[in-house]
Amino acid sequence: MSELTFFLIRIAYLAILWIFVLAAISVIRSDMFGARVPEAVRTAPGPAPAKQKKPPKRRGSPTHVAVTQGSNTGATAGLDRAPILIGRGTDAAIRLDDDYVSTRHARIAASGDQWFVEDLGSTNGTYIGSVRITQPTTITLGTQVRIGKTILELRK
Amino acid sequence: MATTPGTGALMGFVHRRRRGAELFLLVLALAVGVGGYAAVGLGVDGEVPANIVGYGGWLAGLMVAAHVAVRLVAPYADPVLLPVVAALNGLGLAVIHRLDLAEGDSFAPQQLTWMTLGVILFVLTLLVLRDHRVLARFTYTAGLLAIVLLMLPMAPVIGKQVNGARIWIHLGPFNFQPGEVAKVLLVVAFAGYLVLHRDALALAGRRVLFVDLPRGRDLGPILVMWLISLGILVFQRDLGSSLLFFGLFLLMLYVATERPGWVVVGALLFSGGAVAGYRLFGHVRVRVDTWLHPFEYYDGGTGENSYQLVEGLFGFAWGGQIGKGLGEGDPGRVPEASSDFIMAAIGEELGLTGVLAVLLLYGIVVERALRTALICRDNFGKLMATGLAGVFALQLFVVIGGVTRLIPLTGLTTSFLSYGGSSLVMSWVIIALLLRISDQARRPVPELTPEVESSPDDESTQVIKLSKT
Repeated sequence: MSELTFFLIRIAYLAILWIFVLAAISVIRSDMFGARVPEAVRTAPGPAPAKQKKPPKRRGSPTHVAVTQGSNTGATAGLDRAPILIGRGTDAAIRLDDDYVSTRHARIAASGDQWFVEDLGSTNGTYIGSVRITQPTTITLGTQVRIGKTILELRK
Repeated sequence: MATTPGTGALMGFVHRRRRGAELFLLVLALAVGVGGYAAVGLGVDGEVPANIVGYGGWLAGLMVAAHVAVRLVAPYADPVLLPVVAALNGLGLAVIHRLDLAEGDSFAPQQLTWMTLGVILFVLTLLVLRDHRVLARFTYTAGLLAIVLLMLPMAPVIGKQVNGARIWIHLGPFNFQPGEVAKVLLVVAFAGYLVLHRDALALAGRRVLFVDLPRGRDLGPILVMWLISLGILVFQRDLGSSLLFFGLFLLMLYVATERPGWVVVGALLFSGGAVAGYRLFGHVRVRVDTWLHPFEYYDGGTGENSYQLVEGLFGFAWGGQIGKGLGEGDPGRVPEASSDFIMAAIGEELGLTGVLAVLLLYGIVVERALRTALICRDNFGKLMATGLAGVFALQLFVVIGGVTRLIPLTGLTTSFLSYGGSSLVMSWVIIALLLRISDQARRPVPELTPEVESSPDDESTQVIKLSKT
């Protein structure tokens, strides 16, 4: 084969290599900017509208979270200030003096008229019953959420 | 690592699955691999290799298997990582095949076997490990296992010294570098340890000259790591791994505690070790001398001199801007060209253009891993992703820096490119772990994301959020 053919093969292969690199970068680019914003965010962009849209006060819907067992028994936090941060830190809505609780341990937040508890990467985990939760989990009235030595539940 | 508040900014949108994009990139990656193989055949023999269909089919099969596994068990995982490493692996295979033709070896078929094993382990890791946080339970087990593995080559029967470094074990027909496995286990162990102890490491200490120095009693782990690294240097004569392990620990310690004090302490320990190593050990001194004055030690292929390094540099220079073309150069002159010096072969045949493309691809891998660490929701995952990115980046810096004479040459493999079974297989496992973490991180939280950052005392954030939408 001629010198020119070899030259063209060489250039063609380098082109393939760079096309791949550029394609990978363009996928990264679209991944950064091109993601869909979910419906919920578009209709309720900030926390202010979110507050107006708080769960309708039906009969039987929970109004606050209460600590039912542990060193802080009796502490409560109203659900109208959701999401509620639970932990040992000073910014937590429910502060627990429990050695087994992380600074920012878990969060209770609403979605529609359902309530979720989400573990925030705590050391000792958040349990519902005896199951350690790995993703946001629905809780209802009276579901016992165990954090360290403390048990919390939703109350009317 | 106090990125928990910052996570919200990155999570303002929901990640898409992007599996289609991954498939598209995989097709391009296949073109890189098969195209390289064809170009080698054309360059060396003047014709496309006869088994190109079988070879291409095998590569495509591996890629499809990996892709299907990701689609099924990690649908939200990062779309770029898998194609990029597949392309690097394919390019590596082509270059190794080219070196086989030059030197009459048969490393490429073996490497393809290792790649198959790597992809099988990749799929298995994704299948078995559904949540990376499970690994946090094995912190100390992993650490202990890593130390045992590191010591295995010193054992009398199975250990073996190859090219001056005692890092191999032989079990019947299998040769294996346990250090490659230890690398991944150490990342898990460090991540688990630092997640638990970072408060103590980060908060206690004194401030000296604008730098927060850590407390004396917290120095224990860093001293242990330093001693282990020195042990590897002294007893196994493996400069590269020693640098890699210590650098990895330092990096993760810094990321976990956000304290430059640790880096200062680590850098001092490292310089101390390096100077002592230079004074005391011949093999370290040889490496440094050949690095500083390569052309004085260039005397024709007899072991401990700069022959390999200088031939590699000649390769880069001969390659120039766009290289000689695959099959057109003479990369067989460099000893060990298919393992440590594969970058020199690429530099010669694909030129600066090709080397930059390869470096960019590695950069993308590290960037994706660090981004995974940023968006990951739990601290263990964050640290593990950072550590895996660190392993990748440090290893490449050490080996490519050595080959291009930026730093003294040390023996490490170029992940995915160079010939070497243990390294290739474990690199695939590393990618599987990263994909698992990124799948967890990118998976949308069921309808909770919008409220993630609406804590009542965060007025400024709220205003920005409102005006943005």
